[in-house]
Amino acid sequence: MNPRPSSGGRFVRRIVDRFQHAPEDTSEIWEAIQLARHPDRPYPLDYITRLCTDFEELHGDRAYGDDPAIVAGVGRYHDEPLAIIGEQKGRDTQERTYRNFGMPSPEGYRKGMRVIALAEKLDIPLVTLIDTPGAYPGAGAEQRGQGGAIAKSILAMVRTPVPTVAVIVGEGSSGGALALGVADRVLMMANSTYSVISPEGGAAILWRDASKARLAAGAFRPTASNCYRWGIVDAVIPEPPGGAHRDADAAAALLDTYLQRALRELRALPRAERVRQRRERFRRLGAHREFAVGDPGAIAAGRVELSTGAPVSPPPPAPAAEPGTPEPASPREG
Amino acid sequence: MSGKPIHVTVDRLRRFAHRPERPRRIEADDRSCPRCETHFRGEEMVRNARVCTACGYHFAISARDRLDHLAGEDGWRELWTELRAADPLQFTDLAPYPQRVRKAEADTGLGEAVVTADLEIRGQPCVAAVMDFGFMGGSMGSVVGEKVARACERAVERGVPLLVVTASGGARMQEGVLALMQMAKTIVAFEAVNEARLPIVVVLAHPTTGGVWASFAALGDVTYAEPGALIAFSGPRVIEQVTREKLPPDFGLAESQLHNGQVDAVVDRRELPERLGRLMAILERPDASGAQPLPLQWAQDGADRAARVAQGVAQAIPAIPRRIVDRVTKGNGKSE
Repeated sequence: MNPRPSSGGRFVRRIVDRFQHAPEDTSEIWEAIQLARHPDRPYPLDYITRLCTDFEELHGDRAYGDDPAIVAGVGRYHDEPLAIIGEQKGRDTQERTYRNFGMPSPEGYRKGMRVIALAEKLDIPLVTLIDTPGAYPGAGAEQRGQGGAIAKSILAMVRTPVPTVAVIVGEGSSGGALALGVADRVLMMANSTYSVISPEGGAAILWRDASKARLAAGAFRPTASNCYRWGIVDAVIPEPPGGAHRDADAAAALLDTYLQRALRELRALPRAERVRQRRERFRRLGAHREFAVGDPGAIAAGRVELSTGAPVSPPPPAPAAEPGTPEPASPREG
Repeated sequence: MSGKPIHVTVDRLRRFAHRPERPRRIEADDRSCPRCETHFRGEEMVRNARVCTACGYHFAISARDRLDHLAGEDGWRELWTELRAADPLQFTDLAPYPQRVRKAEADTGLGEAVVTADLEIRGQPCVAAVMDFGFMGGSMGSVVGEKVARACERAVERGVPLLVVTASGGARMQEGVLALMQMAKTIVAFEAVNEARLPIVVVLAHPTTGGVWASFAALGDVTYAEPGALIAFSGPRVIEQVTREKLPPDFGLAESQLHNGQVDAVVDRRELPERLGRLMAILERPDASGAQPLPLQWAQDGADRAARVAQGVAQAIPAIPRRIVDRVTKGNGKSE
């Protein structure tokens, strides 16, 4: 994508190499998860205060209420304005309850969308810091449209023309994390995790036993190295020895380095190009196999032929072929 | 061919030959309504679109049966049947993932949890992606994401509306974070349809939960739900486990989601083809090439007047024709 040889390439590669051979073993993965959830691990506000010289937090979705599980606002970052949305867990019991353990409600995502709109209006970059066990499951949240709020938050991040960087700083689980995770650059702190569901939730569904969380973690393999390998994240940000909780300042400094570089790269791109690349990237994510039509590996195609009306064309013959070109208006023969 | 000889008697062959033709649909079995216990034969189930005629209970319906029902006589054509799940995580829970997929394929006769098709509903052409809950709980893995995305692109290519019928438990756990990314992928694809200014109609069938409800299912321009369908990001069991909240019995049901403002209408499955056809007919735009530009005479008049006022030119208010005033105020013009 970027033809320039990157200055930090070797450094990045060294880190990545270390992770390429890393945690496949269940106990190691479980350790990574414990680190991602470490009670002393820096939360978005800890990073924001270290990254920004000044930060103004905004509150409320202007429709229903304010969600403390999401912090959003504008800050001064290297002498430039920056819009920030983060998911905040809370450190002691009282704050955890106040922050709802970092589980956002629809109001939180709508507050986030407000900040995205603000970033668009002022044409300033947007950074999201992800750390959540998932969106809040509750009757009230459902009533106020939890599903729609997450979907619209993703859509807003797909659409926005400003440079966007998402950083998974702790736990990134389920749609609650992805709601803020669709960005031009997706980065992950080395000891953070990113998965379709928390290990406990996955164990409850697949093993029908929440205590099988270790097993589930080993199966989901939600570590940074794996996410890098699958092409989900662009870079793994190293952490100070022992993990980010040992030295929040050093962790913030490392995050700062990567963030600056990502924003510099993105600013160099025209607006439309940024959006195009972002969309193309997320359009491609996934793993599937495609057989040729009539392959015994596939089930026999179409049962009913469309007799009249709309032009119908055969499905794309080759793997990875995209239906891009207009096809002739004749139904397939035979 | 294996070298094993096959021994059959003529009698058995004859019996085989005379076996009455089985109904085409594998699900077409007798059922009893779980709500009112009315009994239905297989062909009755098909005729009623798998809805109980006595109490309106909506049975689960397979994706292909639904397409048969929606398309009626017009027929439909399946697209991208040859897409199959990969196993990027080499995932094993109680059984290995590929084994689960094979079992689901054998049980349902489908390749994946979504069937994509070109079809016409009451003469309105569209591209449809119909999910099937029978295939691993309708869960969204990479293939479902890819097929939905291709359906979007095909709708754009053909310039026809996109119809999505959902029935899904959410993202497919067995594909891990890659399944999560399908939420983003489908929304990116939806955005292409939005840009092409084509309508997206979503029908939420039972159940639509998790990552599907939190992504493309919530982004339709018009959203219908089937009666009794569970529509929620977190299912009732998860909520009761996590929050110990006691949930009302109508939690997340289509009817209460209509009350909550999350869907546009609750539509009986038997009326769905009519409703969808009508909606698409309403939204059909005249062919762009043959369309006349809308007359903007009034707006232009207003702009001209505003410009004259700005220049300080006094405005003469045109006299309202007496005739019209009389008719409105005195009624029917009888007073004259």
